[in-house]
Amino acid sequence: MIQFEDVAHDYGGGALFEGVTVALDAGSFHFLTGPSGAGKSTFLKLCYGELLPSRGTVLLNDTSLRSMSRDALAEMRNSIGVVHQDCQFLDHLDIRSNVALPLSATGRPVSERDVDDLLNWVGLRAQAEALPPTLSGGERQRAALARAVIAAPRVLLADEPTGNLDWDMSQRLLSLMMELNRMGTAVLIATHDMNLIRTAKSHVSARVLRIAGRKLQSAGSEL
Amino acid sequence: MSAISDQIVPRSGHGAWLVWLGAAAMAFLAVFALALSMSAARLADSWTAALAQSATVRVSAPPAELDAQTEAVLEVLRTTPGIEDARVMTPEEQGDLLSVWLGPDLPLDALPLPRMVEVWETADGPDRQGLRLRLSAEAPGAIYDDHTQWRRPLIDAASRLRAVSGLALALIGAVTGAIIALAASAALASNAQVIRVLRLVGARDRFIARAFVRRMTRRAALGGVIGTALGMASMIGLPSLGPDATSGLGFQGAGWLAPLLVPVLIAVVAWAAAMATAFTVLRGVT
Ligand SMILES: Nc1ncnc2c1ncn2[C@@H]1O[C@H](COP(=O)(O)OP(=O)(O)OP(=O)(O)O)[C@@H](O)[C@H]1O
Ligand SMILES: [Mg+2]
Repeated sequence: MIQFEDVAHDYGGGALFEGVTVALDAGSFHFLTGPSGAGKSTFLKLCYGELLPSRGTVLLNDTSLRSMSRDALAEMRNSIGVVHQDCQFLDHLDIRSNVALPLSATGRPVSERDVDDLLNWVGLRAQAEALPPTLSGGERQRAALARAVIAAPRVLLADEPTGNLDWDMSQRLLSLMMELNRMGTAVLIATHDMNLIRTAKSHVSARVLRIAGRKLQSAGSEL
Repeated sequence: MSAISDQIVPRSGHGAWLVWLGAAAMAFLAVFALALSMSAARLADSWTAALAQSATVRVSAPPAELDAQTEAVLEVLRTTPGIEDARVMTPEEQGDLLSVWLGPDLPLDALPLPRMVEVWETADGPDRQGLRLRLSAEAPGAIYDDHTQWRRPLIDAASRLRAVSGLALALIGAVTGAIIALAASAALASNAQVIRVLRLVGARDRFIARAFVRRMTRRAALGGVIGTALGMASMIGLPSLGPDATSGLGFQGAGWLAPLLVPVLIAVVAWAAAMATAFTVLRGVT
């Protein structure tokens, strides 16, 4: 689905990582770890085209993101669900509308039942009519995950989706993501939470990638 | 879905008042420009109609020959095809005409006034060239005047008025477009985060632009309706400028329907200006 070919990224203060060649295939499950500031969020942004790499090529379904028209890029994002580290809501719309946004902003029908089910699953049924700024950090993360999966994406990219959550809720969200993965969605989770990774690996065959020393390494054997 | 695309842009009124107030003012002015244009057309028509089928023969001759020449003129007119009727004006009528220009205390008797013959032409009119030749043969002091030299400048003036009011309408359209474009780019700039989030969930430029443009167009249309209503209300009972109703400024009869187009045109201009601005701005934001 998503392929990196010899990718390097540099915000201007030296390369964060370079020579990255990796493929996230359909139905695969990946974790991305690394120290804070290593470039995990940057890697995710390269995946969905918010950033273009300073070198190398990122391909989605064999098409280079660099060569995509604006409409094609929008089309591509319809099939990718993203949990942003800073959530990115429309603060003047309630949680229900924010969760439905990937459907409503692309002219697809919104099933209120599906939205309610999803809000139930992430434990936000009571906050459906609340505005995002009034939610706690963990509640916002759960809403962000609900929004990322509402449109049944082909790829799910989650940036620290469980960073502010207790263990029970983390596992609940993880099982939601594993469920999606079983139905064919490629999942990539950036996280520091080793317990989460261990739990996932006991259920699905997940690969762990690690950014360290400006390289992307496979860290599967360490765990 | 349409409900959500109406709410996607926050309601915060950055420049909202500018849009509807600007549109209202422009609509108000457009109503006046339109009224001027339509009055000018009407004036040209009525002047043409009033002057077209009438003429005068002015007989200037020494007092001794005046009666004879006047008789000769009437005889020529009676036997000319294309002349419906002819009649000598009484001294009182001539006095009335002149008093408009020279005041009421005119000592008419003391002035060597020419004799005036009022002539009504048929719809086809006479052969004017032939008529003039026959008149100069029968009555050397007679001059046939079919008012062309009056009609031409009046009609020219009316068409100038029309052109000026057309130009005013075009300027009003351009200023409306400029106001909307300015307000649209302000709205887009102050909603950068909204645009960013919409982009991230896969919204196309067209969808984002429409969310902004729809709001703009609606405000402009509302302003247009208000401005037009005020403009039309202020045209009711505007005093007439001439002896008959048709020479009045303003709208008449079915003409009252024309200003109803103003809010529609304002909305169309607003839509086009906002759309063009939105696409230009969105192309510059990644
Ligand atoms: N827009 C930007 N412009 C300049 N530098 C940036 C930008 N975004 C990130 N950086 C820098 O790039 C580095 C990597 O940032 P990134 O957010 O990818 O790290 P991360 O691995 O996600 O960290 P964390 O675990 O804290 O979320 C950081 O040093 C950050 O300061
Ligand atoms: Mg990060």
